[in-house]
Amino acid sequence: MEEYNATELEKIREEISESRKKRKTCITICGGTGCHAYGCLKVAQAFKDEIKNQGLQDSVDVRTTGCHGFCERGPIVVIQPKGVFYQRIKLEDIKEVIAETIVGKKIIDRLLYVDPRTQEKIVREKNVPFYKKQKRIIFGNNGFIDPTDIRDYIALDGYRALTKILFDMTSEEVIEEIIASGLRGRGGAGFLTGKKWEICHDVNSDVKYVICNADEGDPGAYMDRSLLEGNPHSVIEGMIIGAYAIGASEGYIYVRMEYPLAVKNVTLAITEAKKLGLLGESILGSEFGFDIHVFRGAGAFVSGEETSLMASIEGKRAFPKQRPPFPAQEGLWGKPTNINNVETWANVPLIINKGAEWYSKIGTRGSKGTKIFSLVGKINNTGLVEVPMGMTLKEIIYDIGGGVKDNKKFKAVQTGGPSGGCIPAEMLNLPIDFETLTKAGSMMGSGGMIVMDEDTCMVDVARYFLDFTQQESCGKCVPCRIGTKQLVDILTRITQGKGEEGDIEKLEDLAKTVKDGSLCQLGGTAPNPVLTTIRNFKDEYEAHIRDKSCPALVCKELIIYHIEPEKCVGCLLCLKNCPVEAISGERKKVHIIDQDLCIKCGACLEVCPPKVSAVFKYTGKKRDRILKKSSQKSKK
Amino acid sequence: MEKSVDELEKDQRELIHVLHDVQEEFGYIPAQAISQISKRLKISESEIFGVLTFYKAFSLKPRGEHLITICVGTACHVRGAPMILDEFERKLGIESGETSEDNQFTLETVNCVGACALGPIAIADGEYHGQLKTREVDKIIEKLMNTKRNGAD
Repeated sequence: MEEYNATELEKIREEISESRKKRKTCITICGGTGCHAYGCLKVAQAFKDEIKNQGLQDSVDVRTTGCHGFCERGPIVVIQPKGVFYQRIKLEDIKEVIAETIVGKKIIDRLLYVDPRTQEKIVREKNVPFYKKQKRIIFGNNGFIDPTDIRDYIALDGYRALTKILFDMTSEEVIEEIIASGLRGRGGAGFLTGKKWEICHDVNSDVKYVICNADEGDPGAYMDRSLLEGNPHSVIEGMIIGAYAIGASEGYIYVRMEYPLAVKNVTLAITEAKKLGLLGESILGSEFGFDIHVFRGAGAFVSGEETSLMASIEGKRAFPKQRPPFPAQEGLWGKPTNINNVETWANVPLIINKGAEWYSKIGTRGSKGTKIFSLVGKINNTGLVEVPMGMTLKEIIYDIGGGVKDNKKFKAVQTGGPSGGCIPAEMLNLPIDFETLTKAGSMMGSGGMIVMDEDTCMVDVARYFLDFTQQESCGKCVPCRIGTKQLVDILTRITQGKGEEGDIEKLEDLAKTVKDGSLCQLGGTAPNPVLTTIRNFKDEYEAHIRDKSCPALVCKELIIYHIEPEKCVGCLLCLKNCPVEAISGERKKVHIIDQDLCIKCGACLEVCPPKVSAVFKYTGKKRDRILKKSSQKSKK
Repeated sequence: MEKSVDELEKDQRELIHVLHDVQEEFGYIPAQAISQISKRLKISESEIFGVLTFYKAFSLKPRGEHLITICVGTACHVRGAPMILDEFERKLGIESGETSEDNQFTLETVNCVGACALGPIAIADGEYHGQLKTREVDKIIEKLMNTKRNGAD
């Protein structure tokens, strides 16, 4: 490959599109981490082999693409140009797909997605309810691009925005355009991106840096990873545009180490971009030069905080710093630094290409554009969804997500990761944007959306998050280091049935101190899960403290497993599966759990046949009655 | 003077890269490596120790033959990851973060692997086991033990 100038890039773009036209049919296989776990690589290889065997390689393309988002149904195969959508593809299906659909132009019914509501079989990807209500302006190209081939990105108008700004716009004009678009940071805080650039642009310095924050630490959020894995060039192009706007010559992409595929793909993308003259000195023949390094994180949640992230790049412990000075003034190695999140960067080329006016028409008054959420937990359609700001939680969870798993009752949705809060059913009509979520006591965060049902204990969820932040606290500030520990201890006590009157007030009081007294947002937001669960689910806290009962039947110390004698058919299944031999009984005779031996692993409940369903979990008074009975029996 | 400070900074910025390399090569950071890095990068051993113990990626102890990682992200948590973790701990007789005495197994947790559709998940020597049930834990451990035996044969 050789380095291109702007005219040559356009020429190459036409050549690529022209050559692609010859091979009209393209089998795309989702290659995201979710589908990897399902074994998509073997599926892709089998498709390639079979196409070759059949001598179809000149008319049919096989492409492993980025994540399509509908992880629930992986491995996903979409056949373009018609967009035929096959799901949960197995190796043994491949010969049939090629013979029937590719050669015979027929649809294979059993591989189609069935709408659980209407029982209708859906042929095309765009008609699947999961995709229908989405607006995939950032994420949509993932399904068409092989992230390891820069030509795929170029064919889809890639690096066109870069040409535009390098030759037709001044740095000030770029900043004005981004400000006018209303784009706000997707990392969580929602600061106006253009304004952030302007501040950094206005600082006088010979060296400036731009950073892409890909240290996606929120458990349950993985949209940044999917963008970096699936469409790395969109992030790189955004960074080059940002660097041009603020006058930076060097950039870093800080990737979480738990994302090996993202590291691999983005590193390869940078190498390819360099070869074509899209990175390095005099980009596309212009006077502007810029280079990007990939930095692998080392497993510390706090390094997602911008000042900690910079300390980490400098090779130090990821401790946050007091602000001001802000990174825009004194950032990496004391130089002005602009840091944005992956999704923010990916928005930039789109705004330049389509214009701020077009962009600002999407979304709400204060929050423009779309947001990618990872819709996970107790939901039917787990996956990544991109929706315009202002869509209600209800639409996302029910229309796109297909509702709660196993027809259970919805209890809450948790947004914003460990910094966010739990939003109850009464607030499902809330249109989502930065402000409304904050008002609801939660936050946008990076976009995790974890659905919880009636089987989720909210006290346990609060304990889970506080345990997380306590372990991830860097230890610099006392209120965060000790405060989160105390919060976990109290919450743990409550979940073990050792809660006392006054604990709720103690939690609230302590939460305020941690919030006010911490330097960075890790501590500043850590109490949110406690506060929102107390606010919206106080009855559950009270049940744990006063009645020593866990209404959701989650907290081990507060529940027992019990076999209902009138239902048990004596099939020996639970008895055989009990790892501690706590179950006694004979064939066709009622089985009994010895409560003293039981370790509450749940194996008996798991194996009891659904038709029989004799094993139950009990808490509170019912639990006490059963325990009393069994202790009387054993005395006899 | 300024120039030499610049040089020092450049050295420090390599520290995490170097630690990653050593961890990958040996599976942990041997004491000998710390003193070598200290000499090469001109950073004190205590500073290196501070950095490496701050991050989860680095370990001062060698890992076992087989690595089992349980995802304890939020999505997996609400789908029952704690029960899976309990079962692994019980079966292996070690707590998460520990290595079994015979050096066969290391059990770890991770905050999220981003494969939430498959939760709860365990990753055994790189292989994903999704939508796990507690009764499947035995099979996973057995499979790993057999892999070892076959490998030795």
